[in-house]
Amino acid sequence: MYIKVNKDKCTGCETCLSSCPYDSIIVKDGKAEITELCQLCRSCLSVCPEGAIFEVEEEADKKEKEEGSGVWVFAEQRDGEIAGVSFELLGAGRRLAEKLGCGVSAVFFGGTATDAEELIRWGADKVYLCGDEMFRSFNDEPYANLLSELILRHKPEVVLAGATPIGRSFFPRVAAKLKTGLTADCTSLDIDGETKNLLQVRPAFGGNIMATILCPHTRPQMATVRPRVMKRGEYDGSRRGEIVKVGADNVGSRTKVIETVREVSEMSVNLQEANIIIAGGRGVGGEKGFQLLYELAAAFGGCVGASRAAVDEGWIPYRHQVGQTGKTVGPKLYIACGISGAVQHLVGMQSSDIIVAINKNPDAPIFNVATYGIVGDLFEILPLLIKKIKEVKEA
Amino acid sequence: MNIVVCVKQVPDTTEVRINPETNTLIRDGVESIINPYDMHAIEAGLQIKEQAGGKVTVLTMGPPQAENALREAISMGVDEAVLLTDRAFAGSDTWATAYALSKAIGHLGADIILCGKQAIDGDTAQVGPEIAEFLDIPHISYIRKIDEVKEDGIRVQRLMDEGFDVIESSLPVLLTVVRELNVPRMPSLKGKMAAKKAVIGKMTAADIGAEDSNLGLKGSPTQVRNIFAPEAKKDRMMLDGTTDEKIEALVKGLAGLKCI
Repeated sequence: MYIKVNKDKCTGCETCLSSCPYDSIIVKDGKAEITELCQLCRSCLSVCPEGAIFEVEEEADKKEKEEGSGVWVFAEQRDGEIAGVSFELLGAGRRLAEKLGCGVSAVFFGGTATDAEELIRWGADKVYLCGDEMFRSFNDEPYANLLSELILRHKPEVVLAGATPIGRSFFPRVAAKLKTGLTADCTSLDIDGETKNLLQVRPAFGGNIMATILCPHTRPQMATVRPRVMKRGEYDGSRRGEIVKVGADNVGSRTKVIETVREVSEMSVNLQEANIIIAGGRGVGGEKGFQLLYELAAAFGGCVGASRAAVDEGWIPYRHQVGQTGKTVGPKLYIACGISGAVQHLVGMQSSDIIVAINKNPDAPIFNVATYGIVGDLFEILPLLIKKIKEVKEA
Repeated sequence: MNIVVCVKQVPDTTEVRINPETNTLIRDGVESIINPYDMHAIEAGLQIKEQAGGKVTVLTMGPPQAENALREAISMGVDEAVLLTDRAFAGSDTWATAYALSKAIGHLGADIILCGKQAIDGDTAQVGPEIAEFLDIPHISYIRKIDEVKEDGIRVQRLMDEGFDVIESSLPVLLTVVRELNVPRMPSLKGKMAAKKAVIGKMTAADIGAEDSNLGLKGSPTQVRNIFAPEAKKDRMMLDGTTDEKIEALVKGLAGLKCI
């Protein structure tokens, strides 16, 4: 498929130019032209007042899609402990499987049969378990090789993993090997009612806008999902399922984990478990501004978070960063101070129960996700708020 | 030691904003930069060369103007720069990008390949590991420290969610690096002069012997179906009045929700 301009209809009005997020439209000799930068996102189709922009189907579009059946979830363990994101993926997997009318299987490397049963209680119908000692610690090649082998043998329709340092590292190898598509950091997954394709929504352009990604012709459709973005499924202690033991013959590794060092920064744990987070962005203006946030956090009994902009400016260390490239948090209360609210930040905090946004710019996207919005100067607002909270707490 | 550093030229995306009325991107005055994580990969390449000897080549795939990114890398001290450019690459997703880059690296030859952990425009972190798979070599992601580089192997530290792993690998290997690894150096005066004069090597789809069906849109398993701006929450309350009134209303609201 490609996008074309009907030169007879085009008036050269340039309305379409700003609709293209990829800068792929140019006006040449008074007529619009779609260049090779086009990614087929169709944003321009609806904006042309003359209806001069249209899609052209090609033979390749009618290509039969590969067959597959079943939704698979890669369940990750670290030091023998199942990662929380695995239960969230099982929840998401069940919802997709219902729409596809198929079952959910978990793939579990380096774990035990007891833990495999736990995955069944969280929603898996079947668990492919490889208990081989070699899979206890994470090496990309054996993980990728064994998962690829299982996929080729059983041909699932959809395969999901957590967007963790493990999932984000070895899933691309699997996708490369199988020549199929992989979409990173999805914030929502659904099934297209008509084509039954997986609709994968993720932030794009540094997170200022969302994109729906399709993998229309190849199978499986692969995606990673950030921890704490999807809801867990229902835990059912009486659920029964099948455990399929998988061997790891002929699986070698050219990398070797010599040592695993746990170095849990107290702050990052606090941030992810905090009930209240006071976060600052570019509008905080500097380290001095963050002092105000620390005071407010102390008054509330909460932690301080930050947007990528504030971390990049060097006002606060990276371990405070909330967002797509930082931590994903879901506190009871999240107060965003001087954060504009790029999607890259929003995906890391929008599951918070109550969101308060304080920003000078009334058009800041942070107000879209806010429960309470205050337009104003945070250097005026925060000192008063700190005072007020202290009064209420003391009363 | 042949070191190849893959870089991407990206728009300074923190500046990209959406016009809420027309739902289109506002792009005025957005500059192109070397992807910030790739700067750390360049620095790592230079440091490995200083210690173990060899040559650092910087490689990018992109339109002709991506040459600017390569010249910037030369000003930091890399020995050679190669621009992989061809209309056939247009519309590549991560799979097709990694395929083309791996073919180019196959021609250049490499003992160590370095990439930033991800690009700030796409944030996928997929191209590095995919290149390694196409080349059939091991890779290690999220490198925060390079402990040792030997003739036949490497020992590094991989950043994980709760600490780090110490990992050994044979060569050739592909590493993706995080910010903590190093501080990228500033270009020297000599480097800037060299960047001006440098001849940038160019490679096309034909030069790397790529299969046409694996390139560009045709070679990309994923497609963008549509793009949209996130919607506003339905139950939000914008607080009005004087600053005191706003704070009064907020504290009352939060107390009612048992947040204080």
